[in-house]
Amino acid sequence: MNRAVHDRGGWPTDAPIDRSEHELADWELLADGLVHALGDHGLMNVDELRRGIESMPRAEYERAGYYERWLFSIETILGEKGILAPGELDRKLGA
Amino acid sequence: MRFDPGTRVRVADRPHEGHHRTPAYVKGKTGRVERVHAAFKSPEARAYGGDGLPQQPLYLVGFAQRDVWPEYRGRPGDRISLDIYEHWLEDAD
Repeated sequence: MNRAVHDRGGWPTDAPIDRSEHELADWELLADGLVHALGDHGLMNVDELRRGIESMPRAEYERAGYYERWLFSIETILGEKGILAPGELDRKLGA
Repeated sequence: MRFDPGTRVRVADRPHEGHHRTPAYVKGKTGRVERVHAAFKSPEARAYGGDGLPQQPLYLVGFAQRDVWPEYRGRPGDRISLDIYEHWLEDAD
């Protein structure tokens, strides 16, 4: 069956499901708040958020944590819409 | 609404490029409408900047776990329920 990286119900694995919890870091709470603010302002909706996550390269998706995937998607979607210019985030972060 | 609660429905087993909310493991499986939620703007269009209209009815569809997972080893009566949009459902009878 050919399926996207996120569509993983029933994937064969011998590894146990990781059910561990962790205290959310400040940046994770901010990422959550950012997505809600973008939604409230009509700049990005949850379906776009999900589509952006699903567009991640497979290896990157596997490596990324939950909110890292959100950040990837925010950057992807806002870039598509011209709200973020190419390289704008990197410049502001001094990368 | 095309399907009433209790109707046997099959999930369309068709390829779909792009964002959609129907997981692969349930495509082609037959279940029963448990509840009609309401109609919502289509996420398949909203994910790409579309308005998502016309709104699509969303159903809670229940399946026997044994029908979804051929190797299921839990209790025979176990069920799994998913939210599925109308355009992914076909009449099973």
